[in-house]
Amino acid sequence: MNAATGRVLAGLAAGLLFGLGLSVSRMVDPDKVLAFLNVAGPWDPSLALVMLAATVVATVGYRFALRDKPLFDETLHLPTRSDIDAQLLTGSAVFGLGWGLAGYCPGPAVAALGGGGEEPVYFLVALVAGSLVASPFAHRRHTHVG
Amino acid sequence: MTISGFTPGPALLGGVLIGLAAVLLMRLNGRIAGASGILNGAIARTTDGRAWRWAFLLGAVAAGALFHVATGEPHTARSGFPLPVLIMAGFLVGFGTRVGSGCTSGHGVCGVARLSVRSIVATLVFLFAGIGVASLLGAAGWFA
Repeated sequence: MNAATGRVLAGLAAGLLFGLGLSVSRMVDPDKVLAFLNVAGPWDPSLALVMLAATVVATVGYRFALRDKPLFDETLHLPTRSDIDAQLLTGSAVFGLGWGLAGYCPGPAVAALGGGGEEPVYFLVALVAGSLVASPFAHRRHTHVG
Repeated sequence: MTISGFTPGPALLGGVLIGLAAVLLMRLNGRIAGASGILNGAIARTTDGRAWRWAFLLGAVAAGALFHVATGEPHTARSGFPLPVLIMAGFLVGFGTRVGSGCTSGHGVCGVARLSVRSIVATLVFLFAGIGVASLLGAAGWFA
């Protein structure tokens, strides 16, 4: 298997795991996300546990994964910026506003597309529009972490 | 505060799967498993490899579909959510994650796991913004 094929299959496998994790944990349900973000009502801590578990696994796994060059590429592609700039702060705040408004962030919206409902379709079209409008205000793409 | 609807088992299992996806993508492709970054790279005109990004997105959609078919349940019971609000939310999320260079997966999981100060700050900002908006709307009876 050549490296280009490997990268595509790796992308597919990681996407499947990612989407499965979001589905199993019910993060594809915006009501469940809002039940975490809305602390004014009955509170569902599930989202915090999802993020905690994912972060612990990634932290441990990265200790090994970041040691060598990747299997299907020549180098690791890691963001290099370390400064806290205005874009990072305002962009993240704007993202948070949109997240709290409807209960979708990008990953769950993509996985939820497979659920057959209409909401993720409208949401993702608007998301792409927002991203395109934002591109003049953004850093070059290689600084993007996801 | 009343705890309601907490599902620790599925949350833990789902979180572990998301973490494994991040480790796999780093070990094999050397890439951050951030949904907004992958999406932006997939639709960008010039980029270093769009195929694996589309494969990732396809995999995530397929997993959502498989889970939906296997359980026979819709992903959400929500209906009648106002379309203009949904579209505004999508626009803000697209705009914000582009300018802020990441979302819940890229900054929140992968960035924090790399102990990136930028990602830790970004995660705190979007978490508190999200909690602020949702709680204000919740207190106003919007979600009732």
